Amino acid sequence: MLTVAVEKTLGEFRIDARFDGESGATGLFGPSGSGKTSIINMIAGLMTPDRGRVVLDELVLFDSTARIDMPVAQRRIGYVFQEGRLFPHLSIKSNLDYGRWMTGFAADTAAFARVVELLDVGHLLDRRPGKLSGGERQRVAVGRALLMRPRLLLLDEPLASLDAGRKDDILPYLERLRDEAKVPIVYVSHDPGEVKRIASRVVRIEGGSVVATGGVELLGA
Amino acid sequence: MFDLSPQEWVAVQLSLRIAAVATVVALPFGIAIAYVLARKNFWGKSLLDALVHLPLVLPPVVTGYLLLITLGRRAPVGAWLAEHLGIVFSFRWTGAALACGVMAFPLVVRPIRLSIEAIDRRLEDASQTLGASGFWVFATTTLPLALPGIIAGGMLGFAKALGEFGATITFVSNIPGETQTISAAIYTLTQVPDGDRAAMQLVLVSIVISVAALVASEWLARRASARLHGV
Repeated sequence: MLTVAVEKTLGEFRIDARFDGESGATGLFGPSGSGKTSIINMIAGLMTPDRGRVVLDELVLFDSTARIDMPVAQRRIGYVFQEGRLFPHLSIKSNLDYGRWMTGFAADTAAFARVVELLDVGHLLDRRPGKLSGGERQRVAVGRALLMRPRLLLLDEPLASLDAGRKDDILPYLERLRDEAKVPIVYVSHDPGEVKRIASRVVRIEGGSVVATGGVELLGA
Repeated sequence: MFDLSPQEWVAVQLSLRIAAVATVVALPFGIAIAYVLARKNFWGKSLLDALVHLPLVLPPVVTGYLLLITLGRRAPVGAWLAEHLGIVFSFRWTGAALACGVMAFPLVVRPIRLSIEAIDRRLEDASQTLGASGFWVFATTTLPLALPGIIAGGMLGFAKALGEFGATITFVSNIPGETQTISAAIYTLTQVPDGDRAAMQLVLVSIVISVAALVASEWLARRASARLHGV
């Protein structure tokens, strides 16, 4: 279980967000500019909150009163960025293996094969990121995050850079990911349709704060 | 094709060795300084920046003289190095390499710094979230992404070191077989009555080396940037 309570002032903008994430997928839903990405950056450790606490399954990632701030590299939180951010100088196979190299896990060919099959990226392994389509790139980015054996998976608008037709190609992969990977997910999006398909629980963000939490019925309004 | 005397061949070999050693030794320092200048903010940063660029703006003779009065055999630092570490620069080819390295340093640092500044830092964030700590982010992401700049810096440094004359001759003189590079040999030949033919030969050799280095670096740089852009 994920517990988030973070405060951060960014110029004029103030973030003060508290919510819990359960196993399965939690949707962080709200208009663009509402602070969703900043909130998950604070979960990942890429942004430091001014005050607050982030706890994942009894592991304290951040606690301002106890002065705990676990380095990003040690958090083992898979992050799928909006623009993929694949390493341009590495092959797709090396991109997928990167997290395992850095965390020092032994090679697990079964896990590798499973992820490659789940995301259907087997035919891309020898290529480089530059020549991939947007959808392929995002599938590889998901696989790369998954293969580092994350404690939690953050997906930040993973479909935002794709055109409408492509989105429907990727969504089934994300649904399988949610059902098969057994990693809790925080799914960030401004698109109610997307969130409805992936998340069972919704946290609604507006102006840097949580305005409602509940089921997918929150998306209808 | 080239009708060089043994002594002139020695000058050619020496030039190549001195330029190669100067470049190889200057590169790690150049990468470190470029990284610090590109990424860190600290008190005295503009001073460091100025210091790095100093050999570019000072007359080479001045740089050579400064090296002589600090690292010469009787100079404080030079005497200490000779006594405690057995390192002697004055009137040795190693001193020529040092002078060339110092003169080339600003040209090594600049392209590397620019290429580090151009790196998309979000890729470094991605590599952190995948478990890479500071050193590994640098080794697996920053360094390979800066490779075109490192090649350009190495190439410029090598070219500068190959042509260096003023600082070298001031610091380690013009000793055939030890510190006499192509440039110094050509200079010597132009000072003797019938040296023109031999000087011309060395000029041709020097053109061949420079063009070869240029072509090689162009090829390397193209390969490196093709790798980065996903071909």
